[in-house]
Amino acid sequence: MVPLVAVTAAPLDLSTLIAAVAQSASADGAITSFVGLVRDHNQGRRVSFLEYEAYDSLAVRALNLIIEEARETWPGARLGVHHRTGRLEIGEASIIIVAASPHRAAAFASCRYVIERVKQIVPIWKHEHFDGGDVWLEGATADPADEAARAQARRIACA
Amino acid sequence: MRVTVRLFARLRDLAGSGELVREVPDPATVRTVWQVLVTELPALQEYERTMSVAVNADYARMSAPVADGDEVAFLPPVSGG
Repeated sequence: MVPLVAVTAAPLDLSTLIAAVAQSASADGAITSFVGLVRDHNQGRRVSFLEYEAYDSLAVRALNLIIEEARETWPGARLGVHHRTGRLEIGEASIIIVAASPHRAAAFASCRYVIERVKQIVPIWKHEHFDGGDVWLEGATADPADEAARAQARRIACA
Repeated sequence: MRVTVRLFARLRDLAGSGELVREVPDPATVRTVWQVLVTELPALQEYERTMSVAVNADYARMSAPVADGDEVAFLPPVSGG
């Protein structure tokens, strides 16, 4: 049985997660998915590879919280998200998200909401290795109680 | 009392370890643990305004109480996805 939420060093498999989310999906009219990839450039640097580090137990908890939040806004949506850790080469998937819903609007929006919230509050970090060095990337100060950040994610999701 | 400190990403690099066990005065909050840590490792200080903290793998505030045996984590700004 594939979990709907996972933080794993193993390669991600979209079709497996789609199957897990789509179980008993006769009421669903739409499934959307998002696959985040390691790209070969960032802020003018030529990226060689990324290493992802996670606080696994809290990352799983934060991902589950994000799914609960999404279901408050889109009650019919069912979601799954897997995030990878460890060394990832260019072109590999770092995150996969699947959303199923009776209607496409909620499937698209809830899927987008999840990736925006992941970038805000999930304790995972990229260690970028590029031509000439390496750097820890630092984005948002994680605060699940920050309602302004949550509202921003919802706005982007519904744009 | 004794707590386990978890550090991640650049905080871990600066400290040279991702897991430290430290004695802290009782009673203590997350802030007490942080003060013990930056006294020993002043380089961590720069993260005080941007980091998040967690107690026993749950997000918390600097004012949250800490008990003997707790795991206290200090988290730089996140960059997952």
